[in-house]
Order: sequence, then C-alpha cells, then structure tokens
Amino acid sequence: MRSVNSLFFLLLILCMPLQAQDLPVFSNTEHKARFQTLIEELRCLVCQNQSLADSDAELAQDLRAQVLTMLEQGHSDQEILEFMVARYGDFVLYRPPVKSTTAFLWFGPFILAGVAIIAMFIFLFKRNKKQITPEISDAQRKRATALLDGSE
Amino acid sequence: MLRYILPLSLFIALIIFLGIGLTRDPRLVPSPLIGKPVPEFALPRLQSADMEFNVNDLKGQVSLLNVWASWCASCRIEHPLLVEVARENILPIYGLNYKDTREDALAWLERFGNPYTASAFDEHGRVAIDLGVYGAPETYIIDRNGIIAYKHIGPISNKDWETKLQPLILSLQEQDS
Repeated sequence: MRSVNSLFFLLLILCMPLQAQDLPVFSNTEHKARFQTLIEELRCLVCQNQSLADSDAELAQDLRAQVLTMLEQGHSDQEILEFMVARYGDFVLYRPPVKSTTAFLWFGPFILAGVAIIAMFIFLFKRNKKQITPEISDAQRKRATALLDGSE
Repeated sequence: MLRYILPLSLFIALIIFLGIGLTRDPRLVPSPLIGKPVPEFALPRLQSADMEFNVNDLKGQVSLLNVWASWCASCRIEHPLLVEVARENILPIYGLNYKDTREDALAWLERFGNPYTASAFDEHGRVAIDLGVYGAPETYIIDRNGIIAYKHIGPISNKDWETKLQPLILSLQEQDS
C-alpha cells in the first residue's frame, strides 16, 4: 500500500506545470490576467516561435518586465501592444493587423480553399457526365440474365 | 494534357516559393524605426559614469551606432572591421554597451581595441528596447539629422561593409555636404 502511495505522489509531482519564469508580484488580479494575455500575444524575437510567456531568453525577460511596468503605470493593453510594434514591428504580434502587406496571410488560406472546392466540383461534374449507360443488345441481355440465373 | 500540366505547374510554383523562402533569413526582422529619428535617450558614458551620452551626440554628422557587449561572441567577429573603420576615420562610431558590466566592457575594449568615439552604458537594456534591439550585435547608420537610415542585424562582414554600409554612408555624406 505504501509503495502505491509513493508512486501516486511521484506521478503527482511529475504532473506539476513547469513555467519558464517566476510570476512577478501583481498589485491586483486584473493586472495578473491582463499580463498573462499580453505576454501570450507577443512574440519573443530571439526565439521567434515562442511567445514572451514561453521564452526564457534575456530579451523576453526584459520585455515581460517592460509589459509589467507599463501595466502598473496604468497603460491600456492597446498602448502596450503599440509600444512593442513601434519598436519591433508587426512581427512582434502573434495576430498581425489586417493591411495590404498581410492580406495574403489572412485571406490566402480562404482563397486557396475556395479554389480547391471549385476545382473539386468541376472534377466531379465532369466525371458524372462521363458515366454513360452501357449499350447492349437484347440477345446480350438475355445471355447475361441466363448467366446470372446459373442456367447456362 | 491539361490534367498533367496543371498539377506540374502548381508543383513548380510551390517549389519556387519554397526556394525563395530558403534564401531569406527569418531572424532578420525589418525594423519599423528606419526613416524615423533616433528615440530620445540619455545614458551615462561607459568610460566616465558622470558624463552623459544622449541623442544630440548623434546629430551633426553621419554616424554609426553599434550595439555591443563583452558577453556577445559575434561582436568579436565584427570588431576588427570596426577598429579598421575607426582608424580610417570614415565616420564617428558610437557604441551602445548592452546589458554589460563596466568592468567587463572596459576590459574587453582594452583587449580588442576601442573603435568607439564614445560608448553609452545601457546596463539594463532599456534604451535598447526603444531602439528595437533583439540581439547584439546590431548596427545603425544615422544621418546628420539623427534619422535612422539603416539597421544591420548580426555581425558586419567585410562583404556587408563593402556592398551595403559603406556605399550608404558615402551617399549620405555627399548629400550632407
């Protein structure tokens, strides 16, 4: 029984979430929630495929600190995101704004899906048209029936 | 015939796009600061802590601002080039010493040579955030009005210098005179 217990606790320990950073101290819970959302929206430019929340790079630590400072100073989420974009460009956002340079990024998949669906319907339509009913003579039909009946 | 040509041409188009993608370095993020003035800042100087280095020090002539640190391995790669440029007196080179300690930074300059007319000491990297720095070394070319004309990310190779930075510096200096 004891070994089962210790195994259980071992599994429990293994299930504990590991975080890239120690959470800072917040003056209120609203800040905490906003901080978490913001650092998940912002990309770490050193590791590129990680958000500020995921990354433990020095720059990510600094930028997290910057986000926190701005939150505590009373800046809005929008202002904080604009601050980052002004310095690092749209690439810092995981959800880039819709504009002429990002239009293909946003709408490209839908256009491709549309083209694929149209191509599929054209293909199916053509294939249906091709299926012509086979022409057989009465004699052939009789023979086929006979074969199916097993009388031949 | 179309049923063969169409998929083939789509495939070739895909290969071309992927091929172009391979030649581009995803680490090079274009800076939104190009064509904009250097952000306001004021930092202590590396060599003399009680003296200030601010954005006005970058105005008046075409200059180069290099973000460096003693802990930065690739900074050593470009360092001989900067020393050479400083020796030839092409333009003033300013340093932004990024998240370093004074002791280490000064020892590094002692050891590898000091091409910098002056270095600002950005201990916490706060000014670097304003400049959109995400990894040293990074180099800015600044015109005489304090407008950022170009940003180079990573160490400057001899080829980068000859084909990109030097021609730009020369044309900026000609514009000024």
